[in-house]
Amino acid sequence: MTDDPALSGLSGSIIHDVIVPARAPWLHHVAAGQTLRIVDVEGNQAVDFLIYAAADDAERYSAQDTVAVQGNLFLKTGTVLLSNEGRPMMTIAASAVEYHDTIGGACSCESNTLRYGHHTKAQHACVDNFLEANLTEGRGKRDIVSNINFFMNVPVEEDGTLGIVDGISAPGLTVDLRAEMDVIVVVSNCPQINNPCNAFNPTPVRMIVAA
Amino acid sequence: MSQTADPKAAREHARAQGGTRVEAMPILPPVADDLPAGVTPPDLVWEETISPGGYASRRLSRGTRLRLIDTSGDACASLNIFNAEMPPERLNVADTVKVQWNAYLGTGKLLLSDMGRVLMSIIADDAETHDTFCGTSNAATNAAKYGEGRNSGAYPNGRDRLILGAAKHGLTRRDVHPCVNLFKGTRIEADGTITPVVGPFAPGRSVILRAEMDVVVVIANCPHVRDPRPEWNSAPLRATTWRGPVTAEDDPVRNAAPEGLRAFLNVEDYYRR
Repeated sequence: MTDDPALSGLSGSIIHDVIVPARAPWLHHVAAGQTLRIVDVEGNQAVDFLIYAAADDAERYSAQDTVAVQGNLFLKTGTVLLSNEGRPMMTIAASAVEYHDTIGGACSCESNTLRYGHHTKAQHACVDNFLEANLTEGRGKRDIVSNINFFMNVPVEEDGTLGIVDGISAPGLTVDLRAEMDVIVVVSNCPQINNPCNAFNPTPVRMIVAA
Repeated sequence: MSQTADPKAAREHARAQGGTRVEAMPILPPVADDLPAGVTPPDLVWEETISPGGYASRRLSRGTRLRLIDTSGDACASLNIFNAEMPPERLNVADTVKVQWNAYLGTGKLLLSDMGRVLMSIIADDAETHDTFCGTSNAATNAAKYGEGRNSGAYPNGRDRLILGAAKHGLTRRDVHPCVNLFKGTRIEADGTITPVVGPFAPGRSVILRAEMDVVVVIANCPHVRDPRPEWNSAPLRATTWRGPVTAEDDPVRNAAPEGLRAFLNVEDYYRR
């Protein structure tokens, strides 16, 4: 276990270590001070990510507050992930990938009908994962806001053109998130197969919590 | 002797205020002397000037046109939009930019819901400085920048204004999601840097939106969160709406792009009852 490169550099004891299967949701409570490491096990797997304050889940991650305060669209090492009320929820303590996305949102059955056609409506999608996980704690559709997409690449061109393009991650790369308050993390291990966010092949990711 | 020492005197005092005209107020019934060609006064639905730092929320029927005018060049219209009959369906800013493959709003752009439908479309725009990235201010950002940001203070913040507007349609803090900003813009540099484009601008710039569904629109008029000026600057925002036809099958905005067309098809499917 100590030779596991996925644990390299994590301080403290490992209190949680799971594989999230391809296409699946995941929900976990992370206490202030703990570090959550996400391992992109096979490379270029988008991890759709929401955060709720454990003490008051009407306070949640805000993509717009996060990018507005840092003055840049890309999430990088040092980025403070802010709530809709302007408070730090988690900090990107380390990232082996240069930047992550927070403008592309989550795929849904409904948006898939727009982007690809109505033949994709039956395909599994991130919003359904977010719903399934949140519903276990009493949150619903109105609680699903713009999310983070770790390991996903969405450049914006000069004329405003943007899109999900080939990823810049690789097998075994990680991102470490330090909780700044007690939070609930809700993840969709993205099942999308119509764009390159998962290299057209959804794969498992690993979630490790160190305390 | 006070003018308000007994109920009858207080009533007279209150009633004497009726009829006062100020710049920022609703006009009932609505009157507007600058309607576009083909729009007649009986079509008018709503005429209101929203105060600097103020807000408004209103239910609009499918087909209604909403014209916003930045009357003096320093307003910022932060919008949340809900499906009026099913408010868990609301503006999804991420889907709006992703589905249209572009982040910059302007004539012909759609404001999409999280259910693959178009809530409103932009049918005219002579401002072209808008923002889908930064959202609006909150109590914390205003406190850091202006010393305070309370609804009850001099420098109200956009989020708390959107919450009040949404609350008047039965919604709560949970329902105030990412917004779009009209009149105050951003541009994105190659390295992801967000450059604010916040003027102040020439007076009188306008945007006309068309309700593609029965919607509740919530508008906050507070300084853009990335406004670099140290002072809290806001200006009146005029809202005018009039009735109009539901978007026809040959409408150029409806048919401009395959993704948008499918959003209209989804709207038409929703109303097929």
